[in-house]
Amino acid sequence: MKFSVIVDALPHLLGAAVTTIWISLLGVMLGQVIGVLVCVARQSGRRSLDVAGGVYVSFFRGVPLLIQLLLIYYMLPLIGIDVPPLVAAIGALSLASGAYVSEIYRGSLNAVPHGQSEAALALGFSAPTIWKRILLPQAFRISVPALVNELILLLKASSLISVVGVAELTRTSQTISASNFRPLEIYLAAGVIYLAINSALALFGALVERRLAQG
Amino acid sequence: MAITESPAAATATQRSAPAAEPTPMVTIRGVSKAYGPNVVLRDIDLTVNKSEVVCLIGPSGSGKSTLLRCINFLEVYDRGEIRIEGQLVGYSDTTPRRRLSNAQLRGLRRNVGMVFQQFNLWPHMTALENVAEALVQVRGMDKGAAADRARQMLARVGLADKADSYPSRLSGGQQQRVAIARVIAMEPHLMLFDEPTSALDPELVGEVLQVMRDLAADGMTMVVVTHEMGFAANVADRVAFLDRGRIAAFGPPREVFHESPDPRLTQFLQTYHERNSF
Repeated sequence: MKFSVIVDALPHLLGAAVTTIWISLLGVMLGQVIGVLVCVARQSGRRSLDVAGGVYVSFFRGVPLLIQLLLIYYMLPLIGIDVPPLVAAIGALSLASGAYVSEIYRGSLNAVPHGQSEAALALGFSAPTIWKRILLPQAFRISVPALVNELILLLKASSLISVVGVAELTRTSQTISASNFRPLEIYLAAGVIYLAINSALALFGALVERRLAQG
Repeated sequence: MAITESPAAATATQRSAPAAEPTPMVTIRGVSKAYGPNVVLRDIDLTVNKSEVVCLIGPSGSGKSTLLRCINFLEVYDRGEIRIEGQLVGYSDTTPRRRLSNAQLRGLRRNVGMVFQQFNLWPHMTALENVAEALVQVRGMDKGAAADRARQMLARVGLADKADSYPSRLSGGQQQRVAIARVIAMEPHLMLFDEPTSALDPELVGEVLQVMRDLAADGMTMVVVTHEMGFAANVADRVAFLDRGRIAAFGPPREVFHESPDPRLTQFLQTYHERNSF
């Protein structure tokens, strides 16, 4: 073990970690939007929307992220759409995370007591207002622990996007260790950086949970 | 004479009117409802006049909550008709009638307030926000005016100092009073109460009943499903006893509680007295 190797590589690794973080955050945020839309579609009571949502969820939950990523990366150019690696990566992460998030929201919505929307209905609320003001805010609070969990999983899964050549933390570690022949030190450092990011996320999640619990 | 075993006795024409010229607020005619083979309401006739308090009593499963929930169409009735201030509830006034969507029901529902057994306050909003929300979302009031009005309503139910508390910080009695404030802020023409004190600890029942008494004294039209026989006896203008989906007795509380020949009612009241004596 030569720790000087880590010290030398650290600026590169930290720079790559920043890429990992923002790609993951973007993936999670787009995943949130997709997840809410799919969830609302599946609860809308329209059969076609429910079926479409169901197919979406079963595909993106059932196919490994790595395969999805490669499919997006290699298949879209075949039909004339040229995708930069970064776009393919963020797209695959958001689509996969959207599938999980929609299921998290579905479970959370079912946990909101029926009387909550009934009270709003009896007061003359419209259905969209009930969703926006009563159901989604409560489902969101219930789902916070699961969403933080999902964020952590996604951040780790983002290491897979190294295969399409995006210079995030894992890819950068590979590149560095291929040139200095010090894989143990470099991967150890990368592991510690992942752990630090996820610990911070877990802490943040606990904080949000405590804030919301005050209400 | 209002009390017989026949449901036909419960029609408007046969009861004694409390006021000189009663204006009907709710008229229920021949309403029936079934869940598959399970009939929960059978040919119900009932009229509630303006400013009147009518209590629905009866054993559990007798259909009293279902009947109440049909009045604002939270529950769909199959046959018969319910009218509020002349307007048909839940269906188009055409032949054949067509079921209205929730969107079409909104106009009716904003004039009919409902108080639930489980309060159903929104836990992510303070007491003030709970009361102001419908004023903003349904009435289209601006936030400042809605907050002012919500504050007045909370004061009216004795909770001015709890405006910024979340429901989880309030006792059951306080939560139910906030729920009542949330409804009266909308200035409903009619209020429905679905066992408003059944989820409360006994020592908290009184404060909620007092608020309801004040509302009755102010001339609010109220239909109350309740197990509080004292409230029914003292506050109701008329009491309906439901049994197996029918109105088995109907009339002023004195008649229903003391003069009814209905054996099921006698048995129901007997059980009630035994449970409450020690």
